[in-house]
Amino acid sequence: MRRIILSLLLLVIGATAFAQESFPINGVRDVRTGVYAFTNATIIQNEKTKIEKGTLVIKQGKIVAVGVTVEIPKEAIIVDCNGKFIYPSFVDPLTDYGANTPKRTAAGFNFGAAAQFGSNKAGAYNWNQAIKPEVNAVESFSTDDAVAMSFRNNGYGVVFTHVKDGIARGTGAVVTLASTNENNSILKSKAAQVFSFDKGTSTQSYPSSLMGSIALLRQTYLDAKWYATKPAAEGVNLSLEAFNANAGLPQIFVGDDKWSTLRADRIAKEFGTQYIIRGGDNGYQRIDELAKIKASYILGLDFPVALDVEDANDARFVSLAEMKHWELAPTNPAAFEKAGINFSFSAADMRDGKQFLSNLRKAVQYGLSETKALEALTKTPAQQIGVYDQVGSLEAGKLANFLITTEPIFNSNTKIIENWIQGNKYDVNASEWNNFAGKYKLTINNAGTKTDYTVEIKKDLSANVIGVDTLSAKISVSESLVKISFPEKKGRGAESIRLSGVIASGAWNGFGTDAKGGKLTWSASLTAPATAVVEEKKAAETVKLISKVTYPFVGLGNEIVPQQETILIKNATVWTNEKEGNLQNTDVLLKAGKISKIGKGLTEAGARVIDGTGKYLSPGIIDEHSHIGALSINEGAQSTTAEVRVGDNMNPEDINIYRQLSGGVTSSHILHGSANTIGGQTQLIKLRWGTTDEGLKFAGADPFIKFALGENVKRTTSTNNNRFPDTRMGVEEVLTDAFDKAVDYQKAMKANPTTTRRDLELEALTEIMNKKRFITCHSYVQTEITYAMRAIEKFNAQGYDFNINTFTHILDGYKVADKMKKHGSSAATFSDWFAYKTEVTDAIAYNAAIMHNVGVNTVINSDDAEMARRLNQEAGKIVKYGGVSEEDAFKMVTLNPAKALHIENKVGSIKVGKDADVVLWSENPLSIYAKSLYTIVDGTVYFDREKDAERSKQITAERTKLIQKMLGDKRAGMPTRPATPSTQILLECGDHDHNEDLNTIYESQKN
Amino acid sequence: MQKKYLSIFALALLGLTASAQDNVYPAASQKGVTIITHTTVHVGNGTTLTDASVAFENGKIIGVGNVAVPAGATVIDGTGKQVYPGLILPTSDLGLREISSGVRGSNDYAEIGENNANIRSIVAYNTDSKIIGVLRENGILLAGVAPQGELIEGQASVVQLDAWNYEDAAYKMDNGLYINMPSLMPRRGGRMAFMRPGPGGDPVKAAMEKIETLKQFFKDAKAYYQEKTHAANNLKLEAVRGLFDGKQKLFVRANEVKQILLAMDLATSFGFKLVIVGGTEAYQIADLLAENNVPVILDRQHALPSMEDDDVDQPYKTPAVLQKAGVLFCLNDTHDQSRFRNLAFNAGTAATYGLTKEQALSAVTLNAAKILGIEDKTGTIEAGKDANLLIVNGDLLDMKSSVIGQAFIQGRNVSLDNKCKQLYNRYKHKYQLK
Repeated sequence: MRRIILSLLLLVIGATAFAQESFPINGVRDVRTGVYAFTNATIIQNEKTKIEKGTLVIKQGKIVAVGVTVEIPKEAIIVDCNGKFIYPSFVDPLTDYGANTPKRTAAGFNFGAAAQFGSNKAGAYNWNQAIKPEVNAVESFSTDDAVAMSFRNNGYGVVFTHVKDGIARGTGAVVTLASTNENNSILKSKAAQVFSFDKGTSTQSYPSSLMGSIALLRQTYLDAKWYATKPAAEGVNLSLEAFNANAGLPQIFVGDDKWSTLRADRIAKEFGTQYIIRGGDNGYQRIDELAKIKASYILGLDFPVALDVEDANDARFVSLAEMKHWELAPTNPAAFEKAGINFSFSAADMRDGKQFLSNLRKAVQYGLSETKALEALTKTPAQQIGVYDQVGSLEAGKLANFLITTEPIFNSNTKIIENWIQGNKYDVNASEWNNFAGKYKLTINNAGTKTDYTVEIKKDLSANVIGVDTLSAKISVSESLVKISFPEKKGRGAESIRLSGVIASGAWNGFGTDAKGGKLTWSASLTAPATAVVEEKKAAETVKLISKVTYPFVGLGNEIVPQQETILIKNATVWTNEKEGNLQNTDVLLKAGKISKIGKGLTEAGARVIDGTGKYLSPGIIDEHSHIGALSINEGAQSTTAEVRVGDNMNPEDINIYRQLSGGVTSSHILHGSANTIGGQTQLIKLRWGTTDEGLKFAGADPFIKFALGENVKRTTSTNNNRFPDTRMGVEEVLTDAFDKAVDYQKAMKANPTTTRRDLELEALTEIMNKKRFITCHSYVQTEITYAMRAIEKFNAQGYDFNINTFTHILDGYKVADKMKKHGSSAATFSDWFAYKTEVTDAIAYNAAIMHNVGVNTVINSDDAEMARRLNQEAGKIVKYGGVSEEDAFKMVTLNPAKALHIENKVGSIKVGKDADVVLWSENPLSIYAKSLYTIVDGTVYFDREKDAERSKQITAERTKLIQKMLGDKRAGMPTRPATPSTQILLECGDHDHNEDLNTIYESQKN
Repeated sequence: MQKKYLSIFALALLGLTASAQDNVYPAASQKGVTIITHTTVHVGNGTTLTDASVAFENGKIIGVGNVAVPAGATVIDGTGKQVYPGLILPTSDLGLREISSGVRGSNDYAEIGENNANIRSIVAYNTDSKIIGVLRENGILLAGVAPQGELIEGQASVVQLDAWNYEDAAYKMDNGLYINMPSLMPRRGGRMAFMRPGPGGDPVKAAMEKIETLKQFFKDAKAYYQEKTHAANNLKLEAVRGLFDGKQKLFVRANEVKQILLAMDLATSFGFKLVIVGGTEAYQIADLLAENNVPVILDRQHALPSMEDDDVDQPYKTPAVLQKAGVLFCLNDTHDQSRFRNLAFNAGTAATYGLTKEQALSAVTLNAAKILGIEDKTGTIEAGKDANLLIVNGDLLDMKSSVIGQAFIQGRNVSLDNKCKQLYNRYKHKYQLK
């Protein structure tokens, strides 16, 4: 194999049109004309233009002419392409071909290891190792013929290549896949700059989360802008210099997922640029949102193969979403086309590159037009990487990059025969060049006796020899050598006649042996070519799909997102949380998303009426401390990470959103974890099941930030902590130092707004100091509660009057409730947690009752995806532990968190004008026997217990059908993969273990 | 009653330090007869008696129902109150793990090594654990205490929660051997899989190999018992004699259907009495478990469903599925941050989602007693059994009214005070709260 490649290479170099003038030659020159004319072909000049019986002329690696009436130069070598099709070779806009991407070490990033605070890259580069705009793939590029061949075999002639590593990856180059030297294969040295959210091989601790990656990239844009002002303090920063130099290039972002795409686009828009986005194969699930951002996309064709669901036990743990995605992924390109989105295809990074063409055809079968498909393989990628003037269509002056195929490329049996790149021929399926199908006259001369036969040869070289009998023959052709053998006569044990010969200009001649070993000669010639069989193409309509896209794309999603309604709840016991208290036999009207009327005997034309007789209506539960619905929670790589924002990485498809609706939760405050003293910015959400990441956000609410104190931030469980602080004494100083810096930053910004570096971390801190952002602080023991308040109160002297808005966890709060009250803090705690770590050895279930009785605004929160759906019961425990009244206890999960979050004017009670966020319970909502029957957010019913039961049945039915379909694939011999469990991923704050279930994997980002 | 009780303690506790509880004394043996009159008795076997009495003498129940007040008896007026059997926490690391996170010295629940058949949880059971008092306060009077480990985990015991030391506490010593059935899920590892170390190769194959070593162990044990003299005493093999002669049960931690089926196969091959511990997916094969008389200790109900497509309340409904199929099961509470105290509320949840309240009560009393092999002594309020009972001011299973007035273990009126309550009183004093 190796020798073959080598000899091919030599051959190519001998015939090449390349002549690198500066390179000395060992030997004598061997420069050839390199002029070819391909005649009689069906030429698909571009996605729109087809030329029948056309001619393509190339010279020295470039196209000279294309058309029907084309003058063929005398010096041209003529290649008759009768019956063949010629296409422009494909262009791949995103690969790392020959770029020498560094390999990830097997261990990857280790959260338990000691932190690495700075970059390991030597030189005048960026502070963060994952930001490397200074990397230019062209400098490390070296041709790799084995890889090039796999691309060429799929029809590619040119690729964009970059070093696939890091968040800012630097520039990539456009290179051809010819086996020439690097110098001649590079078409464009710096064609585009590439980004991702993946820090790659960076060993630096920061960032350790998706939201950290986003913050780092945003800060880099700011730093680059600032660097352009030539700040003396920065000296020379080669990374930022390169970042600015690369700004004019096309910018590619590797998103690989529908939500990542939107996240990336938000960064682009913020900094006035536009990314070309590698979009992932699940874009069809949110195609409207993807269309809205007006980006150009790069799509893969790596459709998932069926799961082997033969074992019912294994199949049990595969989610419906995964099964549905298996069925629907091939509709992805068609969905992009239908939505009018510009996109290209990339064959890079496929699990099995050999599936490329078949997957391409599958996409067409699933509704993609051939025109769009071809455009996505040629023109669009060429335009994306700025080389459409050189490749992407067959026009005079462009590179001689083209494919010769047996039939139209989208037909299922079509083979690429040759792929020409820069005027050099690469065989892909050379044996397909000749089509021997047809009727032949075969004459055998056996010692002067001539016998004539008719031979019928099919395209696959299966053949019948028809003489006295019809005999099945074996034929093999290798280059111009042919072998034929067939039995002498019918019946078992008949001896074979064996012929061997040469095909020359259509005539077949040779010699052979008869059944008895006698020598003979033979000749054959074509009498009638086979008529081409027109392949019946499967129309798109014939693909029957079981699955439908739901919002969100999980089993319990809805085909149609629930809509706001006018709802009249009649005759319920209404727990208002207002001074009216609990009202008996009362009606509540919800209209336009608000609570519109409360009273008796209400009517409303057109309203959906829900009978509340014997039931309890309450305001929706607000969970002040939650970690659901996000993709990362802790950016623990540094002690201060005020720049990260949980809201940058929301996951609206987290099943726990729906589960918590089933427990009556309507709003959740999604906090950063407790890995560091000053954690990230939090995100308040409403549980709008089926919306987008942005749609979850609670509009108009004050922004918050998470702080943390105690064991977690001093990394008690780490055996090799090297991050300051390691004691509570240090934690206190981190707080003081952070605000000290923020004061200075604010002064500098005011004095020199244009030349001061905008720092996202310090900016967030100044927001706190100016009461535009509020602190919710993880804390346990009385020392830290007190010193945190004092550290902040120190800034009173400088004219600031911010405070710690909320202490969360706060299991020792009862010891300093009076001080907290004086400071003006709310307390958000657990009902009955204790004895899971040293700092909770004094935790008592009576904590909430004491704090409440001392006058602190007291909240019961979950910090736990399971317990969140029983927060009403957690409030019920406060009646048990400390005898707080039922009304006051229930406020701890509704009105009090609303107050703590400054949203009590919008939610938290049943009052006319407030948001229609309500729950109808089957029993007293503090009782363990209470179930939420309806959970309503903004007047929209997001949970309906009866509908939920129906949906569960539908899920079973859908799963059954898809399992049968997968089994069908397996029986049909199609590839399958093992049915590994679709794991549920729960993020935890790093503080404690969370309620487990069988198939959950915890992504603790404990630092 | 409740208020009076509290205030007496409040007085006694003034001025205590934060590490209090040292003055909470185990109660002395019951002398004479105590009778609770005019009360509602939840027997624990599904029945309730109204306006009934419960009399007990020297630690044993002597009469339930319409009982004449014996002369000289201590009479407790139970009017308006509910009497329940003491709750049984079927399996836990109580007394073995005080502060799990960050304090290795307080942890004695998991031994190293694959085979620890001979280690015994009872010897490390710390009666001075600060958690025990909180459990009493919440009606839990008996607990199974089991070691954890890689494969063969060791011997479990049942303890009563009012004792000076582990020998006092032992209610049934070494009642079973615990085994941790390896997972047969071909896990892929999730999005961040590359970040966590994991065993290479095929997890299913690795699990099957481990199960083979289990079988070999029991085969070797059987052979060992046939030997007249041993070259050396084998502690591990000696430790499992009870399984072979039926004195002990085999407790297998298993949640997946395949794990449960393999546990059943293992028990059948050697004739062991099997108990499934965990049983998350047991509802999938409830009829099979009933048919084969395999009892289940369900891990807590307050858990998330196994799969995102599952009914949102599946874990809440699992007990009802087992009940309907006729499986003997009891409930547990393994929540790590509330430390077992919510056992009654796990039963309450089961009652909300398909069990009757009395069935739910049986699931934390009688059924647990049967599964642990102590039903001859406890689990119901019936004459002849130990007087392990609770007097509750409201509904034991519903947190908003579940306040326990008095508790008796073997007739002893046990203290419901604990360090948490003492801290409560200390700070009520500080703030002059009522």
